[in-house]
Amino acid sequence: MSFDIFLQYFLSGITVGSIYAVVAIGFNIIYNTTGIINFAQGEFVILGALFAITFTRTGFIPLPLAILFAVLITTGIGAAIEIVFIKWIKNPSVLRLIIITIGISIISRETAHHIWGEQVMQMPYFTGTSTSSVIILGASIAPQVLWVLGISGIIVIVLQLFFKFTLTGKAMRACAANRTAARLCGINAKMMVTLSFMISAAIGALAGCITSPITQTQYDMGSPLAIKGFVVAIVGGLGNSTAAVVGGLLLGLIESFSIIFIPNAFKDVAAIIILLVILFFKPSGIFGKKEESALKEF
Amino acid sequence: MKCKNVIIAGFIILTLLCAATVFGMGNKEKDTIKVGAILSVTGGGAFLGGPEAKTLEMLVEEINNTGGVDGRKIEVIIKDSQGSTENAISFAKQLIEEEKVLAIIGPSTSGESINIKSICEEGQTILLSCAAAEDIVNPVASYIFKTPQKDSYAAMKIFETMNKMGITDIGIVVGNTGFGKGGKAQLEKYAPDYGINIKIAEVYEASATDLTSVLTKLNNAGIQAVVNWSIVPAQSIIPKNMKQLGMSQPLFQSHGFGNIKYVEAAGEAAEGIIFPCGRLLVADVLPSNHPQKAVLVKYKNDYESKFKEDASTFGGHAYDALMILIDVIKKVKSTDKAKVREAIENLKNFVGTGGVFNFSASDHNGLAIDSFEMLTVKNGKFMLLY
Repeated sequence: MSFDIFLQYFLSGITVGSIYAVVAIGFNIIYNTTGIINFAQGEFVILGALFAITFTRTGFIPLPLAILFAVLITTGIGAAIEIVFIKWIKNPSVLRLIIITIGISIISRETAHHIWGEQVMQMPYFTGTSTSSVIILGASIAPQVLWVLGISGIIVIVLQLFFKFTLTGKAMRACAANRTAARLCGINAKMMVTLSFMISAAIGALAGCITSPITQTQYDMGSPLAIKGFVVAIVGGLGNSTAAVVGGLLLGLIESFSIIFIPNAFKDVAAIIILLVILFFKPSGIFGKKEESALKEF
Repeated sequence: MKCKNVIIAGFIILTLLCAATVFGMGNKEKDTIKVGAILSVTGGGAFLGGPEAKTLEMLVEEINNTGGVDGRKIEVIIKDSQGSTENAISFAKQLIEEEKVLAIIGPSTSGESINIKSICEEGQTILLSCAAAEDIVNPVASYIFKTPQKDSYAAMKIFETMNKMGITDIGIVVGNTGFGKGGKAQLEKYAPDYGINIKIAEVYEASATDLTSVLTKLNNAGIQAVVNWSIVPAQSIIPKNMKQLGMSQPLFQSHGFGNIKYVEAAGEAAEGIIFPCGRLLVADVLPSNHPQKAVLVKYKNDYESKFKEDASTFGGHAYDALMILIDVIKKVKSTDKAKVREAIENLKNFVGTGGVFNFSASDHNGLAIDSFEMLTVKNGKFMLLY
């Protein structure tokens, strides 16, 4: 196989992987503060994109502003969901919370269906059009992928800084490590959970906006995206944003290169087998630490 | 004693007779024609079932407001199968056994239609399917009909066009739905007849978000054209990815592409896509002496002014199904299932949105290959290819 073809498969893998990665990041925030997996994460992604598309279609809201509004609205929805469905539960068991998030996911999806209908929509490309591409050493990639990679990178860095250096970030991590102890130290644990839902919703919405030109957006696309994002988050090591990005790119590359050897229909099989092997040898994920995962409930 | 019994018996008989008369009169007053419809109004087939359900509602309203069918009102009971075969089966049983409908319109998808075929045949209830697969009417079952063009015609039409363009080596990609797999089978079946060589065939997930890797594989196989056969959003991802990869081969799509939303989603990349389709999408540019022109323009204008959205060929399939049924009811002046069934089988030269229907005992679709037109995308609009 010549080098430029090899590079083309590589870039295809990066394209798909960047989408998985940016969706996976959102899972980690809520997991970090509550220890639960939010199965409505995919719906945040779709809602963000749908709002942004609606705003851009009005014709007089510029793209960056449309994305900002969409992110703000989705953040509000994230907060509302937490306050209405989760906050009042006295003794939240992990299983109970997870089932609630599945319910939320179904409600959001059906609501989106009623509002936006079943049509496929998409955001305009940030740079260029649907036909433009960037040529790298004879292989080509859509400029939008570079946007996705760049913005994912910025999200990861900002999150790292936030969790490591701000008081709120530290408080959120404290809640994850030991909720009772955190409350004894005067941290408002319930507030932190609300905040984590807001951040997750914001990241999900942003992910939806930047990937929409590539993936297109339809009301029921959330679940398949969330499943891939979930797998990636697990493989990378739950709770770690950098790991999510690496895991996402890895899954994308495995899928892309497997197509060389086997029919495309089986690419998920190849990917899942490799992921299972990774988890078999390192159950806490590629970047997860054994001691850390032992502390967590799920 | 005996006398008393006779009196009682007489009384009972009289009561029954009276009841029967009253019942009969009541029946005559609201003697509606009951038709069932099983459509995927929501779920994966929503883009099919949605327009179909709207079309039926629109037609029923129009027909009942203008005096009904020979003075009888028509009632269409629409059931949303959500694209699930299990739902379709239970709705079919319910419509046949409880509602005792004259006929069932739909289902929207091929998988559902094939699965309720035997139920309708045994229940001796007419089925007018709105799905594409050839298996629905082949082998022929006496009560089963379908209004969309067969997918084998779409494949042949694509190959005809390739012959004209001098294309021989092609690669095909299909979505992993019933429609995609059916299309792949038809393409592979008819390719040798047209001297077309399928060098590579790949199946992709219905939820695929980027297909550059599988297209790279196709490109490396040395092909002159790509055929994509699916009904999923990937129909607009493929043209974008091809342009991004710098692939210059022509892209052929199936009749599933006949929805302007897919063109909008693909943007500039949709330019030059070639696909077979019914004439609804080009109704405005058909010559005025074309037999279908009047029917198509009326349906399109009615639908678009009522629902403020573009009419699609899929809604047209439901239009054809209901109009065929009404036409034959008027002809035989009866709603006897067997008579109506026979009348559909003998229906000739019925102009619908899908084409001109000529049914026969061996052809329960009634459309010829010329019911498909080859279309292309030019400046974001559907145009006739020639």
